[in-house]
Amino acid sequence: MASLANHPSNREQAKVMNRYDITKRMIGLLHQDEAVIGGIGYTNFDLWAASGSPSGRRQQNFYMLGSMGLAVPIALGVAIAQPARKVFALEGDGSVLMQLGSLSTVAARGQKNLCIVIMDNGAYQITGGQKTTTEQGTDIVGIARASGLAQSAWAADEDAFVELIGRSLKEDGPWLIGCRIDNQKPVDTTERDPSRIRDNFMRGLGVRK
Amino acid sequence: MAEATEGRAWHEIVRDVLKRHNVSLVTYVPDNVMRPLIEAIHADPFFTAFACTREEEAVGITAGAWMGGTRGILLMQTSGFATLPNVLASLSVPFQIPTLMMVSERGTLGEFNIGQSLVARTMRPVLDALAIEHHTMTRLDEVEFIVDRSITQAVATMAPVCFILSPLLTGGKVFAK
Repeated sequence: MASLANHPSNREQAKVMNRYDITKRMIGLLHQDEAVIGGIGYTNFDLWAASGSPSGRRQQNFYMLGSMGLAVPIALGVAIAQPARKVFALEGDGSVLMQLGSLSTVAARGQKNLCIVIMDNGAYQITGGQKTTTEQGTDIVGIARASGLAQSAWAADEDAFVELIGRSLKEDGPWLIGCRIDNQKPVDTTERDPSRIRDNFMRGLGVRK
Repeated sequence: MAEATEGRAWHEIVRDVLKRHNVSLVTYVPDNVMRPLIEAIHADPFFTAFACTREEEAVGITAGAWMGGTRGILLMQTSGFATLPNVLASLSVPFQIPTLMMVSERGTLGEFNIGQSLVARTMRPVLDALAIEHHTMTRLDEVEFIVDRSITQAVATMAPVCFILSPLLTGGKVFAK
């Protein structure tokens, strides 16, 4: 198992970063048509924003439109179906708190091609910024480790985030990367067309021609 | 149908139909009535099968697997189904994902737990409200036809389907003192 000794295990040690900025950095590191599942809320919106370019929009992304908390299970399903492809779940702190059991399911399966990225701003930002429990002492990386996800760490800063994503692409997982983020608004809003989102994603994964 | 049911129990028929339709991923939250099916599936290397912490999670996993090219089914009991309206209404139905569900029916024909008998009454109204195809299987000779045809339909129409295992078929869970 990979050593994470130089990466913090404590939320307090992590720098507060910007969600769009680190999502953009992450997308920039994906060159093998890796699948990315965006949970609901601003995590989803910034994934959409970070995945567009003049040459088109990244096709291997799936955007949830409800089903709060299910980014990790959906990503696990994709990872089981396509073991040769790396799969990322992008999830907010409020969302992952709703489905903590899914971390233990991922750990029990030891899903090697899965990386979970948690965007933790300590708030239900889209509903008015009410505090989540991560702002009151709960540590998602601590929960992940105790659930059996040994390769879990906080990204100390942007460089550490890039390093951790890079490792998750090269080394077996499952991984969980905790990211403390600020309360900036997202850069864009995801198009809400579920059949199109699903069809695009399936074509992006080569399941449909 | 007669040739198909010859000498096989309901759970053996279900297992065989799932294999024939290449439904290889089985996620479940355990149930006593479902136990022989779960055991038969674990005993067969064709299947990838594991327990989930919540039924909602299991829907997410099979939805992701479907989009990735693998067919799956979710096994649960009535009270577990009652946790699913939000995920069915916001994931399976609008995204046109053929979520296959099998529910062992509690709450009727000899139920001893009042909570089960109450929550069971929400199941069919929820399925009807979301216009989800559902079939209650009561006899051994209809299992093959219902499961076989309905998987074909779910995939072809990209819509979820729910199979309800009546105590008339399975014997149900008997009163425990």
